[in-house]
Amino acid sequence: MLYEQFKVRAEAVSAEVHRFATGDMALEYLTGFLRNEGVSDAPHCSAVWADGSFPAGTERELLGAVPGVTFDVTRERAAQARFGISRMEWALADTGSLAQNSTAIDQRLVSSLPTIHIALVPTSGVLPDMPALLSRVNPKEYAYLAMITGPSRTADIERVLTIGVHGPKRLVIIFVDELGGEN
Amino acid sequence: MATEFKESINRAVNNPNLTGALGKFSEAYKVNRAKAYEGIDFEELRGRIADLKSDAASRLDELSEQFARNAEAAGATVFRTNDPAKVREYILKVAQDNNVKTIVKSKSMATEEIHLNPYLEKAGIQVGETDLGEWIIQLAGQTPSHMVMPAIHMTKEEVSDLFSKEINERLTSDIPRLVKVAREKLRPTFLAADMGISGGNIAVAETGSIVLMTNEGNARLVTSLPKIHIALVGIEKLIEKFADVATILKALPRSATAQLLTSYVSIITGPTPNPDGSMKDMHIILMDNRRSEMAADPKFKQALQCIRCASCLNVCPVYRLVGGHVFGKVYTGGIGTILTAWFDELKKSEDIQGLCIQCGACKDACPGKIDIPDLIMELRRRLVKEQGVPLLQKTIYSVVNNRTLFHGMLRAASLAGKPFTSGKFIRHLPLFLADLTDGRSLPAIAEVPFRDRFKKIVQPKSKERAVFYAGCLIDFAYPEMGEALIKIMNKAGIEVIFPEDQTCCGAPARYNGAYEVAEKNAIDNIKALLGVEATYVISACPTCTVALAHEFISTFESVGQTEWMPRAKELAAKTVDFSTLVTKLVDEGRLSLKEGQKLGAITYHDSCHLKRTLKVSEQPRELLSKAGYEVTEMFECDTCCGMGGSYSLKLPEISGPILQRKLKNIKETGAPVVAMDCPGCVMQIRGGMDQDGAKVEVRHTVELLAEQVR
Ligand code: SF4
Ligand code: SF4
Repeated sequence: MLYEQFKVRAEAVSAEVHRFATGDMALEYLTGFLRNEGVSDAPHCSAVWADGSFPAGTERELLGAVPGVTFDVTRERAAQARFGISRMEWALADTGSLAQNSTAIDQRLVSSLPTIHIALVPTSGVLPDMPALLSRVNPKEYAYLAMITGPSRTADIERVLTIGVHGPKRLVIIFVDELGGEN
Repeated sequence: MATEFKESINRAVNNPNLTGALGKFSEAYKVNRAKAYEGIDFEELRGRIADLKSDAASRLDELSEQFARNAEAAGATVFRTNDPAKVREYILKVAQDNNVKTIVKSKSMATEEIHLNPYLEKAGIQVGETDLGEWIIQLAGQTPSHMVMPAIHMTKEEVSDLFSKEINERLTSDIPRLVKVAREKLRPTFLAADMGISGGNIAVAETGSIVLMTNEGNARLVTSLPKIHIALVGIEKLIEKFADVATILKALPRSATAQLLTSYVSIITGPTPNPDGSMKDMHIILMDNRRSEMAADPKFKQALQCIRCASCLNVCPVYRLVGGHVFGKVYTGGIGTILTAWFDELKKSEDIQGLCIQCGACKDACPGKIDIPDLIMELRRRLVKEQGVPLLQKTIYSVVNNRTLFHGMLRAASLAGKPFTSGKFIRHLPLFLADLTDGRSLPAIAEVPFRDRFKKIVQPKSKERAVFYAGCLIDFAYPEMGEALIKIMNKAGIEVIFPEDQTCCGAPARYNGAYEVAEKNAIDNIKALLGVEATYVISACPTCTVALAHEFISTFESVGQTEWMPRAKELAAKTVDFSTLVTKLVDEGRLSLKEGQKLGAITYHDSCHLKRTLKVSEQPRELLSKAGYEVTEMFECDTCCGMGGSYSLKLPEISGPILQRKLKNIKETGAPVVAMDCPGCVMQIRGGMDQDGAKVEVRHTVELLAEQVR
C-alpha cells in the first residue's frame, strides 16, 4: 500500500521507480543501467558510489571492477561524475520523497553534483509521511537530514517547469525488498 | 499619492509581459493549489500553524536563547542582534578573518532586507546568487518582484539577452538551454566559493536546527561545498518543537508553488565534516530588526505567523496586475506592505498601503491565518494618526459626518448632475465621486432618494418588524433596490422600518484610516437603528452589513471607545444581510417564490465582503435557482470587481483592468444576466457593461427576487 502510494507520488514529480526482491537482482539491474547509459572512465561518464552498508563484500569488489565506478568519493570526482549512487534510508509515501542522514559529505556530493542520482532504498524504509520520519530521527545524531523529492527543478523563467538546474536531472529509485532497514 | 508612485503603477499596468505572466500564473496557481491541498483540511492545518507560530511569537526571546544554546551545543556559532548594520559587519568580519574572496548564496529574503550584497561587494568580495531567479535579477541589476519567484516579471527573451552577455555567446530563448547555461556557469562558482550564505525557512529552538528548502538544489550546494556556512535567520522563523517542522512543511510548499514538497529539504543541526575531514565553520545569525517590537504590538503580532509562502501575492487581484516592484525593493504584496512598514519604516508604506483594495482574498488563502487586510487598515489608521487626514478628505468627512448637510448635498447633486445624464448614467458625479476615468459610467443620483420614496410606501401592518439600513448607495443611487426589499419583506409578513437618522456606515472613512470619523458614524447609526423595536436590522449592501455586524465593534476597539460597545454588540447581533434573511424566510415557509418559472441562464458575482467576511455565497445562488434561474458559474466568480469604495476613484489605473477582467469573465458565461448582492458591485459592473456595450443585465439579487415572490 505505502509503496504503491510512494511510487505514484514520486513518479508524479518525474522520479523513476523500480523494485526488486533481492539485492542481486537490484545490482544486476543497476549495472545494466550504468552500462546502457555509457558508464566509463572518460570525463563526465563515471559513477561515484557513496559509502553505505550495501553492497558489501564480493559484490562490492565486482562493482568496483566496472570501469568508471568508484567508491572513493572526492569533491572533484563527484563534480566530474555522471552518476551518483547512494543508499537512502527512508521513503515518504505521501509526498514521494526520499530521506537519509546526510551528515557524511559523500552522501551529499553524490546526490547533488552528478546529473543522475541513483538511490537504493530498503523497501522496509517506506514510511507514511514526514511526521513519521521526524519522530524517528534525533537531530543531535543527524547533523544533516536530507529529503529529496524528484530531480532538481526550476520554474524561474516564465514559470516553465524545467528539470535539472543545480542538482541531478534524473532521480532513479531502486527499492530492494531484502535490504534490511535501520527501522 | 506621489507622482513617482503613480508612474510606477502606470509602467506596470502598461507592461503586457508583466501583466500577462502574472495573470496566467495566478490563474494556474489557484487550480494547482487546490489540487495540492486535496484531502487536507486546510482550516485545521492553518489553525495549527497559526497557534504554533503565535505561541513562538509570544516567546521570541526565550526561543532565541534556547535555539542559540542548542545550536551552539551542536557546534555552530550563534550571533544575535537587533541591528541590520551589526549583521552586515559580522558577516564581513567572518569573511575577512577567513580571507574569503567569493561567496555563494541561496535565496534569502533576510539578506535582501539588510541589503547585504552591495555591502559585501563594496568590501571587494564577490557575491554570487545561485537561485536561478535571484541570479537573473542580479545580472539584470534589479530587485526581486516576488518573494518566491523573484524574476517572475522577466521574459525568456530578456533572460536570454542577459545570459548571452554573460557567456559571450548569442543564445536563443529556449528555456531548457538557458537553464543549462545557468547550471554550467554557476557550477565552477559553487566549487570555488569560500563561503556559503543561506537564509532559513524554519529555525527549531528545541534542537538548534535550521530548515532549508529549495527546488533547484542550490541550498544543498551552498551548505555543502564551501567550508564556511552562514545562515541569516529572522527570529520570526523560530518555532519551538522539532515535530512542528512537518506541520509547516505540509503547508509551505503547497501554498507557495502548489507542490507536495520542494525537491530538497535540508534540516541542519550544527556543522558537518568537510571533504578534507575538517569541520565546517557554521554561523547562525538570529536577526531581530524590529520583530520583537512587532511581537509586542497587540495588533501586529499576528504578522509574525507568516511562513513566507507568498500565496497572498498569488491570489491578490492587485498584485497580479502591478507585480512586485511597485511595492518596493524587498518585500512585496499585502504582507510585504506590512513588513516594509515595520522592517523599513511606517512612512515607506504610505503609498503602497493604498494599493490594497481590501478584498480579503489573501486572508482566505494565508496558511498563517493572518488578517492581512485588517493589518493594512491598521497601518492606514496609524499613518493618518501620525500625519493627519489630507485636507480634501477632511472636508469630505466633515460633510459625511454631518448627516443633514451630507444628505442635503447629495440631493443638490442629483439636480446638479442632471444635465450630464445620459440614460441611467452620468459621466461625472460631484462631491468625492469626482476624478473619474474611462471604462465605467456612474449612476445618476436618484431624483427622489429612497428616504423620500419610503414615506409614500403603504405597508400592511404586521406583527414582526425589521429595521432597514439602506446605506448611501441604495438611498441615493438605487432606491429601487430598497423598494424591492420592502416588497419581499412584506410578503413574508414583516413590516420594514426606515429610521430617518441613519447615516453613512463609516466604511469610506475607516478604509481611509479616519477612524474618529468612522466612530462618530457608528454612534449615530447605533442610535438610529436601535431606537426602534425590531427583530432584525437588514441591509442589502454587504459593505454596510459588515460595518454594522463587525466594524463598529473593531473601530471602537481601535479608538478605545467603550461607552457604546455594548450597544454596538447588540446591533451586531441583530444585523443580517438580505440573502441570509430571505433564505431563512423561505426555509421557514414564510415566503414562497413563483413555481415552475423558466428564467434562463444567470451568472453570479460574489462580492468580497459578502463571501469572505460574512461567509455567504450559497444562499443567493440557491434563491436564484429556486426562482427559476439556471446559475452558470463564471471563471473567478469571487474575485474582486475592482470597486472597493473610493479605491476605484483613487487608483482607477488598477481598478479599471480588474473590472475589465470581471466583465470578460461574465460575458464568457453567455448568461444574459449577472446577479450580485452589493450595490457597490452593481455600480462598478453595470457602469462597466454600459461602457462596454455588452448586452448583459446587471442586477442586485433583491430586484430579481422581488419579481418572483408570490
Ligand atoms: S502572509 Fe500568509 S500568505 Fe502571505 S506569505 Fe505570509 S504566510 Fe504566506
Ligand atoms: S485584501 Fe485583496 S487587495 Fe488587499 S492585499 Fe489582500 S488580496 Fe490584495
